[in-house]
Amino acid sequence: MSKTKNNKAWFLVLPVFALVAFSAIIPLMTVVNYSLQDIFDASTRYFVGIEWYQMILNDSRLQDSLLRQFIFSGCVLLIEIPLGILVALMMPKAGKWSVVCLLVLSLPLLVPLNVVGTIWQIFGRADIGLFGWALNSLGIDYNYAANPMDAWFTVLLMDVWHWTSLIALLSFSGLRAIPDAYYQAASIDRASNWAIFRFIQLPKLKSVLLIGVLLRFMDSFMIYTEPFVLTGGGPGNSTTFLSQSLTKMAIGQFDIGPAGAFSIIYFLIILLVSWLFYTAMTHNDNK
Amino acid sequence: MNWLDWMAWTTPSAMFFIGIGCILLAMTCWEVLSPSLERKGFLPISTTRGDRLFISLLSAAFIHLGVIGFTGISIWIAFSVAIVWLFIVMKWG
Repeated sequence: MSKTKNNKAWFLVLPVFALVAFSAIIPLMTVVNYSLQDIFDASTRYFVGIEWYQMILNDSRLQDSLLRQFIFSGCVLLIEIPLGILVALMMPKAGKWSVVCLLVLSLPLLVPLNVVGTIWQIFGRADIGLFGWALNSLGIDYNYAANPMDAWFTVLLMDVWHWTSLIALLSFSGLRAIPDAYYQAASIDRASNWAIFRFIQLPKLKSVLLIGVLLRFMDSFMIYTEPFVLTGGGPGNSTTFLSQSLTKMAIGQFDIGPAGAFSIIYFLIILLVSWLFYTAMTHNDNK
Repeated sequence: MNWLDWMAWTTPSAMFFIGIGCILLAMTCWEVLSPSLERKGFLPISTTRGDRLFISLLSAAFIHLGVIGFTGISIWIAFSVAIVWLFIVMKWG
């Protein structure tokens, strides 16, 4: 039986709650209100109940976008998390080369999102871009503007280029925080590199990886700017993700009601998946 | 009702949020008066009272979305199922 917790300290977070209410909860409540109405202008709106939710949930284009979004986020996590850990493990632990590595890894994180899209848009072109030109010179028929597989490959590669550094930096900080005594004990036991990784480093990286997985999931699930600049959602709809569909609906077509319903469903999916990740990665801590 | 015009309020959405607010207020009072113990019920994880409320509300949202999107039955049936589910999770979860 666990001991009783004193929850009175929660009152200390009331100022933060007020700030979050002003910047997030009240706008979210407004979106719920929009999602139940057909809105023409500020004074002309009609209550339609759950009509927009029925429409959004049965829209095959949005179902396709949702599937693409899950596949994209799954690929991002499967590539970036192991790759980030690997980069962190291979980095020098101290000295000037460690600083150089940290600086180089930080660079992609400093590039604005729309600039990343533009860089890769040019980089991938067969006529003037080095990457596209190199692939075509090797005899690979690569054209991200015409071939959906090439477009997916480029969007994924761009995201990996942009964000693997974040996981690597987080993992590096986690690795540096492990006391030497653990490694000394492992060396006395003649533990293999794999055993050191599996039983010392990976468990100690758990908390930073939890933050990394959550950040990368939420970010990749909300991705908008980079694929919008790179492919514009094409060819066809092959790289149209949920946020692009939402923006088109809310700002392009000014369908505030359906966009509100879409936003609430989108929010609930992110909330559910983030909670599942968080629970799966922390529930053993409480045992 | 003039105050409902602010933030494009409607009566059902206002009632929904007042309901959620009342639940949170009641839970806060309950928690202050009698802090909950983490326990293991039929859910696969150990939970506090607040965790069980969060799980109930989140699953209630998906029960409603499932009924609205993929069945033709009344939303009141989804609401009834969600209320029953909330009691089950809070009591035995």
